Amino acid sequence: MTGLRAHVVRPDRGVDVTIEVAPGECVALIGPNGAGKSSVLEAVAGLLRHAGRVEISGVDVTTAPPHRRRVGLVAQRADLFPHLSVARNVAYGPRAAGVAGREARERAATALAAVEVADLAHRAPATLSGGQAQRVAVARALATDPAVLLLDEPTSALDVDARVSVRSALATAVVGRPALLVTHDPLEVVALAARVVVVDGGHVVESGPTAEVLGRPQTPFAAAFSGLVLTSGTADADGIALDGGGGLASSDRTVPPGRAAHAVYHPTAASVRRDGAGVPRRVLSVEPRDGLVRIRAGELVADVTVAVAARLGVRPGDEVRLEVPPEEVTVFPTAPTSPID
Amino acid sequence: MTRDPVGTPWWLPVPALLGGLFVVVPVLAMVGRVDWTSFVALVTSRSSLTALGLSLGTAAAATGIAFVLGFPLAVLFARARSRWVGVARAVVLLPLVLPPVVGGLALLAAFGRIGPVGAFLADHGLRIAFTTAAVVIAQVFVAMPFLVSSIEGALRVGDDRLERVAATLGARPSRVLLTVTVPRALPGIGSGLVLCFARALGEFGATLTFAGSLEGVTRTLPLEVYLQREVDPDTAVALALVLVVVALVVIGPSSIRGARSGRVAAP
Repeated sequence: MTGLRAHVVRPDRGVDVTIEVAPGECVALIGPNGAGKSSVLEAVAGLLRHAGRVEISGVDVTTAPPHRRRVGLVAQRADLFPHLSVARNVAYGPRAAGVAGREARERAATALAAVEVADLAHRAPATLSGGQAQRVAVARALATDPAVLLLDEPTSALDVDARVSVRSALATAVVGRPALLVTHDPLEVVALAARVVVVDGGHVVESGPTAEVLGRPQTPFAAAFSGLVLTSGTADADGIALDGGGGLASSDRTVPPGRAAHAVYHPTAASVRRDGAGVPRRVLSVEPRDGLVRIRAGELVADVTVAVAARLGVRPGDEVRLEVPPEEVTVFPTAPTSPID
Repeated sequence: MTRDPVGTPWWLPVPALLGGLFVVVPVLAMVGRVDWTSFVALVTSRSSLTALGLSLGTAAAATGIAFVLGFPLAVLFARARSRWVGVARAVVLLPLVLPPVVGGLALLAAFGRIGPVGAFLADHGLRIAFTTAAVVIAQVFVAMPFLVSSIEGALRVGDDRLERVAATLGARPSRVLLTVTVPRALPGIGSGLVLCFARALGEFGATLTFAGSLEGVTRTLPLEVYLQREVDPDTAVALALVLVVVALVVIGPSSIRGARSGRVAAP
């Protein structure tokens, strides 16, 4: 028996995604906008009909309407019912399930306490901050004791402080029940998900344990998601011989020489010089990036300080040499099943 | 400091003032014509009170029926994505732009003795045309579009996200409609009921055509005003003032509230 098994097909959007979530497991679904992540969530929730097969707790719910699927949905916006108090919002699910008023109120109180907003019970939704409202939305989903929890970018509309509290509420919520998390936030993935599935162009392009996907990404999206530069080549005695010419030495390599491999490094670890040792590449662009200057040269990227960038004075078209310390480079085998496009 | 940062052209108040006067002057002129010494006697005469009672009763009934039939229409119109629903909406809203007398003729064609519905009802001993029921039918016909478009407008503000959340929380469609959709549509329901009642109260052309002008049965206040205008202008003016007052009482509160919240009652 699985927690969730879904095969979502939308021929009009070119979406064909199969996803499985074990009981009690939280799986993060990441990918560029328009990749089909929302289609998967909507299909599981029953809000998108005729879009493949969905099985929840071993029961085929493909033809069941949303109200019979026992899914808990927390979206980007809290979407609390504005005409009901916080307590009544959270009691809405139990009441809809036919639970008597007193019992429903108790369940609401329990759910509110679980995400540490019990003191908000009598407030009106309009008086809540974004983070408070989102935690109430989490409590509202929990109060129905859902068989699957669907989290659709649950913190992306919040400011940084609110994200922290909502993330901790979500960490409580995902314990013991299957959850599917769509997000653009790497921190959220690390905090909540045990496994990551990368969707791009309507298909699963990579999946695996969180540390594996984020630390040794096979796809450009997964690499960019965790802030790494991904490059490919062939393993050699020192590290990797890059497809684009030159090579990077690595002190973290497990690939027998001669095999196709990927290498990742963090762009701030790379240094750029006009000449001397290093991988020769032609500069494609120079752009500001979080207080640094991002230099793209060939398929490689280096983030350097403004002072260094000014001293180098590089412009697109210039020839430069990039170097990355071996201890910053990880070389790992290319997964045979998920090649880079 | 100013609430209107864009600024208003200096000349805009001129036509605006003219527009306001265009409505206010005739009403005030009519008030000036009222013979106050006999006003109370005129408006409390038996025929006047009968007409007023009939007007309020039929308008209230018509508003109730229009809500029962019109709310489902509005919900379907707001939710449907089909092109044919656009056609259906145009047909249902037709009475908004149709001369009421034409509406009356259409109703007569359907509910009259030789009309399809009328003939069927006549076979079962029911006569509609030229009864109080006909007055209510005529009012529903002309006034329901106001209700439908007002509620549909309220439902179209914002999408159906709340309904979707309610469904995932386990609420059946009927429960979602009653506990989420109706509260969401409340502002539109309020202003729609007001407009519908006001339009039903003022109904004249369709009523006269379809229901006639029988005292105590189909002669509502507007018909009484028109009739008295020929024989007793003082009574006509006095009753007209009563209609103005009723209309102000009905539409005033919601209009004031609408201005405060930046929204207008009209669709």
